[in-house]
Amino acid sequence: MEDLVLIFFSASVINNFTLTYFLGLCAFMGVTNRIDTAVRLGLANIFVLLITSLATWLLNTYVLVHAPYLSLISYIVVIAGAVQFVEMAIKKLSPTLFRALGIYLPLITTNCAILALALFQTSRGYGLAQGLVYALGAGVGLLLALVIMAGIREEVEMSPTSKLIRGTALSFFIAGMLSLAFMGFAGLFSKA
Amino acid sequence: MSTPKEPGSFAIIGTLALAGLLSGLILVVVFLATQPNILANKARALEAAVRLVVPNAASAQPYEFVGGKLQPYKGAAGVPSTNPIAYAAVNSQGQPAGYAISAEGPGFSDTIKLIYGYDAKTGRIIGMKVLESRETPGLGDKILSDAKFLSNFNALSVRPSIVPVKSGAKTLPNQVDCITGATISSKAVVKILNSSTQQWFPRLPAGN
Amino acid sequence: MASPIKAPPTSLQELIKGLWRENPIFVIVIGLCPTMAITTTVINGLVMGAATTFVLAASSAMISGLRKAIPGPVRISVYVVIIATFVSVADWSLAAWLPEAHKQLGAFIALIVVNCIILGRAEAFAAKNPVVPSIADGIGMGLGFTLVLVMISAPREVLGAGTFLGIPLFGKSFEPWVIMVMPPGGFLTLAAELSLLAWWKDRSEKKKAALSAPLQEAV
Repeated sequence: MEDLVLIFFSASVINNFTLTYFLGLCAFMGVTNRIDTAVRLGLANIFVLLITSLATWLLNTYVLVHAPYLSLISYIVVIAGAVQFVEMAIKKLSPTLFRALGIYLPLITTNCAILALALFQTSRGYGLAQGLVYALGAGVGLLLALVIMAGIREEVEMSPTSKLIRGTALSFFIAGMLSLAFMGFAGLFSKA
Repeated sequence: MSTPKEPGSFAIIGTLALAGLLSGLILVVVFLATQPNILANKARALEAAVRLVVPNAASAQPYEFVGGKLQPYKGAAGVPSTNPIAYAAVNSQGQPAGYAISAEGPGFSDTIKLIYGYDAKTGRIIGMKVLESRETPGLGDKILSDAKFLSNFNALSVRPSIVPVKSGAKTLPNQVDCITGATISSKAVVKILNSSTQQWFPRLPAGN
Repeated sequence: MASPIKAPPTSLQELIKGLWRENPIFVIVIGLCPTMAITTTVINGLVMGAATTFVLAASSAMISGLRKAIPGPVRISVYVVIIATFVSVADWSLAAWLPEAHKQLGAFIALIVVNCIILGRAEAFAAKNPVVPSIADGIGMGLGFTLVLVMISAPREVLGAGTFLGIPLFGKSFEPWVIMVMPPGGFLTLAAELSLLAWWKDRSEKKKAALSAPLQEAV
């Protein structure tokens, strides 16, 4: 149990996928103009991450033992499939959400964070429960980063900024500051 | 696209199969060509790590702990066991030299993975090496390289448990001098060792 | 620097354009995700760049060779399978022959698959052009990518560790800016370089505008 709590907080804040591994930057930079879109994308990400984690575990336990050379290809195919599935499910269940997410849903497929989850989970040798908690932590971390970033950018857009740092450069400066702030979470579990 | 007319599903399936076949062919050929080297590299890295923590080791065999007993691990090379593993090392005369055991636990910023040597005759730790960590560069990552810190583990008693003390304050065989500026990482290493040794030492017979 | 005559670009030109004019990172920032985490040393940047260049060239060649046979509706899936194949090849080759470098880069080699640049080049160039120009395009884009990785990793390694390619640059008295080799350093380095680039672009545009000032209003 302690183990799972540790995995969750490690993935969500201490080693936040976006702010320490630079994963999921595409969405982080592209979508984070408004908080509500950021929340939606974050939630969709969590969902896809959980499915990917489950699928990765199944693949690792039952398929890749026999065909280890297929690992990368099968992860990619599974992720693409999972995104398609989520897309169809959302379309059916909530057409409003589907319209709001627009092109961002298929974009999740090429979101590095999703494939990274499958790879990290495998290289760390996580079991089913650990993998799912890891996915949940990673997803919450992405959501946090997206929402904080969107909040800051909503404010910054209204402020006068130098022409030279406007746009991507400013986003990276903000991300750098956030990354600095998140460094403060290190040591959360090693107080002695 | 140059052809405006929709291709039939037969053509689509055919092309997919062809692409899959080509990819599969490349994958299998390269996999077979590289695998012996990859496995050899892994074995070499493991052997080097074992030799670092068990000073007299000439070679080592994996043993798995299954059903309350220690037995040789017979799985294919490169396929990790699902059971806990210890490496029993022998010296150049074939005499037992000690065990190498890997362990992991939370460090300052991520999991620290390490391997340590255990001499079953004296009941002491005889070496330790950090294999993987993401500790702060320049501070916490000294646990990898600081010679004075690493020398703590050359003959470390684990009874009743390992105790971290301030740098230079070590007086007893079960104490570890922490690194100044890397206290948390040093203590994390001690914590990992304590929990791993308590689990492993009762399992390991003195005569290999 | 477009030539006045509209001749089809030679393979050499395809190769050169990737180096600067259409440089994958500064022009298309999206290719960054999977690479930033390893730009703590120049060596890492070079190895990652080489692996990416190989994958770009090899997958461009294969996609271009098959371009007439790949039906439109499923082309992306085919591209992804081909790219994943060559990434696996790069991954294993590194593990087999450069185990140290492979250990440093870890799972990030496999993440080349989702590097948007590769799929982008497949769709934008290799799917429409013959094999040789496609390979040239792949190599050029790959080299440009490597250049960017070195440009990000060099300041990080020099300031953050006081070394370049592992060779100590400063005396013992140099206190490394540890923050530079930690994640925030990556973001800040890239932000600084992007601002520099914007400043440079802005300046050259102003110069151009000054030359043709009577003709057009500044935007």
